Amino acid sequence: MIPSSWYLILSAVLFTMGVAGFLIKRSLITVFMSIELMLNAVNLSFVTFAHDWHAVKGQIFVFFVMMVAAAEAAVGLAIIIAIFRTRQTLNVDQIDLMKF
Amino acid sequence: MHLALFLIFAAVALAGAANLLLQKHPINAALSLIVVMSSLAVLYLLLGAEFLAIAQIIVYAGAIMVLFTFVIMLLNEGVEEKTHGSRVAKLLGFPAVTVFLALIASIILSSETHLGKVIIGESITTTQDLSAVLFRDLLLPFEITSVLILIAILGAVALARKDEQ
Repeated sequence: MIPSSWYLILSAVLFTMGVAGFLIKRSLITVFMSIELMLNAVNLSFVTFAHDWHAVKGQIFVFFVMMVAAAEAAVGLAIIIAIFRTRQTLNVDQIDLMKF
Repeated sequence: MHLALFLIFAAVALAGAANLLLQKHPINAALSLIVVMSSLAVLYLLLGAEFLAIAQIIVYAGAIMVLFTFVIMLLNEGVEEKTHGSRVAKLLGFPAVTVFLALIASIILSSETHLGKVIIGESITTTQDLSAVLFRDLLLPFEITSVLILIAILGAVALARKDEQ
C-alpha cells in the first residue's frame, strides 16, 4: 500500500525531464521524443487519478490521448522527413526560420 | 511487494528518462524511451488499468517507437552536433523548469490528505468495464478518433511523399 501522491510525483518528475529534454536536445527527432515523454508522464497522472476516484472515464481519456499521440507521431515524423528533404539537416539551430 | 515493484519500475523509468537526456545518438534515445514506456506499462498494471497497460506496450512501445526508429534509420541521423544552444533556454528555461517542478511537487504534497492510497488489486478496471463505457456513452468520440487517425494517415502520406513535377 503506497500513497497515490508517489505516482503523481513520479509523473511530475518525468514531465519535467521531458521539458528539460525539449530545451537541451539539438536534434529534431529527440526533441519530438521529449514531447512523447511528456505525454506519457501526463498519462500516468490520469491513470492515478482514475484509480483514486474509481472513474473509468479517466482511463478512457488516456486511451484517447494515446490515439491522438499516434496520429501526432505519424504526422510529425512525416514533417521531419519533409524538413530533412529540403534542409538536409535535423539540427534545430539550423531550422530557425520562424525564430524572432 | 507493491512497494518493491513501484520502486523498481519508477527507478527504471527515471533512469530511462535520464538516459534519454544524456545520450547523443538518437537511436539510443529512442531505445531508452522504449524502456520508460514499458516500465510505465507495469505501473499502469499496479494501478489496476490492465487494458491501458497492454495498449501502452502495443501502441507506444510498439507502433510509435517503431515509427521513430524507422525514421531515424531512414534519415541516417548520426550523433547530435554539439552547439552552444539557446541562451534564452539556459537563462530562463532551466530555472523555470525547476520552479515548475517545485510548484507541482508542493501542490501534490500539500493536498496529500485528499489523495487516496493505492492498494494492489483493490480496484481493477477490466477491459469489459472500459468497453461498456467506451462503446455506449462515448461512442461518438470513439468514432471521431477513427476519422482523425484516417486523416493523420492521409496527411502523413501527403507530407512524406516526394514532389514529382
